[in-house]
Amino acid sequence: MQISAKLRIATIAAATTALMSTATLFGANAQETYRIGYAISKTGPGAPGAATSTTPNYEMWVKEINDAGGLKVGGKQIPIEVVEYDDRSSSEEAVRAIERLINQDKVDFILSPWGTGMNLAVAPILDRAGYAHLAGTAVTDKAPQLAKRWKNSYWLLGTGEQYAVEMAEFLKGLKEAGKINDKVAMIAVADGFGIELSKAGRKALEDRDFDLVYDKTYPLGSQDLATIVNEIKSLGADTFVAFSYPPGTLGLTEQSRVLGFNPKIFYAGVGTAFPLYKNRFGDNAQGVVSLGGASEDDPKIADYIARHVAFADREPDRWASIVNWASLQSLQQAIERAGSTDREAINAELAKGGFDTILGTYKPGDQTFWQVGQWQDGKFVGVAPTSMEGAHELVFPKPEWKAAQ
Amino acid sequence: MLSYAIFSGITLGGMYALVAMGLTLQYGVSRIMNLAYGELVIVASFIAFIFMTTLGINPIVGLLIIIPLSFALNWIIYRILLTPLVARAKNRGMLEVDSILATFGLLFIVQGVLLVWFGGNYYSYDFMNGAVNVFGAAIAANRLVALGFAIVIGLGFYLILTKTRIGTALRAVAVDPTSARLVAIDVNFASCFAFALGGAMAAVGGVLVSMFLTFSTSMGVVFTMKALIVVIMGGVGNLLGALIAGLILGVAESLVATYVDPGLTIAVTYVIFLLVLLIKPSGLFGRASS
Repeated sequence: MQISAKLRIATIAAATTALMSTATLFGANAQETYRIGYAISKTGPGAPGAATSTTPNYEMWVKEINDAGGLKVGGKQIPIEVVEYDDRSSSEEAVRAIERLINQDKVDFILSPWGTGMNLAVAPILDRAGYAHLAGTAVTDKAPQLAKRWKNSYWLLGTGEQYAVEMAEFLKGLKEAGKINDKVAMIAVADGFGIELSKAGRKALEDRDFDLVYDKTYPLGSQDLATIVNEIKSLGADTFVAFSYPPGTLGLTEQSRVLGFNPKIFYAGVGTAFPLYKNRFGDNAQGVVSLGGASEDDPKIADYIARHVAFADREPDRWASIVNWASLQSLQQAIERAGSTDREAINAELAKGGFDTILGTYKPGDQTFWQVGQWQDGKFVGVAPTSMEGAHELVFPKPEWKAAQ
Repeated sequence: MLSYAIFSGITLGGMYALVAMGLTLQYGVSRIMNLAYGELVIVASFIAFIFMTTLGINPIVGLLIIIPLSFALNWIIYRILLTPLVARAKNRGMLEVDSILATFGLLFIVQGVLLVWFGGNYYSYDFMNGAVNVFGAAIAANRLVALGFAIVIGLGFYLILTKTRIGTALRAVAVDPTSARLVAIDVNFASCFAFALGGAMAAVGGVLVSMFLTFSTSMGVVFTMKALIVVIMGGVGNLLGALIAGLILGVAESLVATYVDPGLTIAVTYVIFLLVLLIKPSGLFGRASS
């Protein structure tokens, strides 16, 4: 009796699903809307990162386009319709959601999930189904190989090596100028990002004759890093490098201040470029160095930040958000240039590049953004590569921590 | 170095104990395995955040409002959500299973509401972050306050439970609810009271922790897990046990981070937890179950 009841429910459910997917199929064919799908971490450990760098940009992009009447495709204006799933910060869930977006919702384009691991997990599925993949928040040393293996994938934030090398090169300049000694204390979060960056950092620093006096990892999620800071303080390093994640980044900064650990170069990881950091530490953010950076003097960037504040009621972060926004601008232009919603045509346009974005003329995957940035007078400005236009002078040495209230 | 490692370990352990003591009351006396416990800790953190950033009330003063508020909220949760489960449960095991399922649902409701209001972002504010010198070790003032609260609550309620009439009644309910009824103890009231009290302690923990940790809507489960380890290690229902178990874990983590490798701090927690379970399955201060 019970079995048959369950069976009946299952049949009804299956029938409804089938009906619904036919309905969406017709919807897609009629092309009254351009359907964009994404799976993003709304809950779980990935949620704060996604809510900082990714989701507000997606939502703002869709809203701005729809407010303007939609995408201009071949003389028509097509509004965007969004299908959104929560991947609960689990890569299995992300894979399931992406397959659902492809097979059941039959969306026209899929935006990337948040985080290195997530993007690596969904990349092969997107490739197999012929969807382009603008991986907006992944840092991996495999980026060049992956871009080759999956033709339509773009690894927007590049490799860990590039950030590490750029940082080491910058430090080398300071060392040769006699401003810092050769001792570096390095810690990293024991997760994809920290492991890749510290591996690249170790090599880049040792190649440039730096002496790593401390080189350890700490567990993901840990914020109580006072014992590490206390030990590093006694080692006499002028440079402190932390490839940390946001909670650790804030914890490290706080505990360094409490312990009076004030190295000449204080480099912290993901989270430093978040507006949260400035709100939390105020004047104490001055001189802190990290990945990313924004040319706020550039009217395009300033305008983007202002629109983001108006839309999401908070500032964007100064690293991934900016690159993500440039990739969304590229996507819009690719669709409009293709003049159709045909996936192949749009993919071909994306590959051509030459889009007009907040990063200038841009092709997704270009690494034409700041690799090293620093908080200077309330702005997170770019300091390296020094060859880039608008590079700021480094504030050196990092000013003394001010006492907390 | 050693004195710093030990002292910062004690403050860390005090935080663990602080967050765990409410759960030991809820689980030990009311027999509710509250999976939404960490969520309620986070709710208090968010209230403290709002008090501090928009109303300008400092979190310690805010406790005067938050404690009665959370006591009332948990009272209501027990009366509405959990009383039917208690009434229909035939034995302790059944109540545990039912309460796990019910509070699992509650977890998602609380998390969902927080997500709608606050979004998924990280939150953090600056309060009492000045350094205080203790035996040559610089410790943030807010961590010392949290440690102080942990010790006061742990010792204070340990004394209340062992020396006062209502405390004895609560312990009687913890040991055997059926027999407690025979000596004219209002078991329903006592359970509800213990649950609400535990909830208020969770809120105190949430407020104090928010002064020095970065938190987000999805962090509740971290607190639930840590609290569960401390509660089981210290002996279910024993506040002094929770205090000491928390301190042991904190000091062990700090020593391992200083002298072995910071990457092993989580591992050492579970090694100690396993050892305690192997040697004394009912926890450091737990009675052997009958």
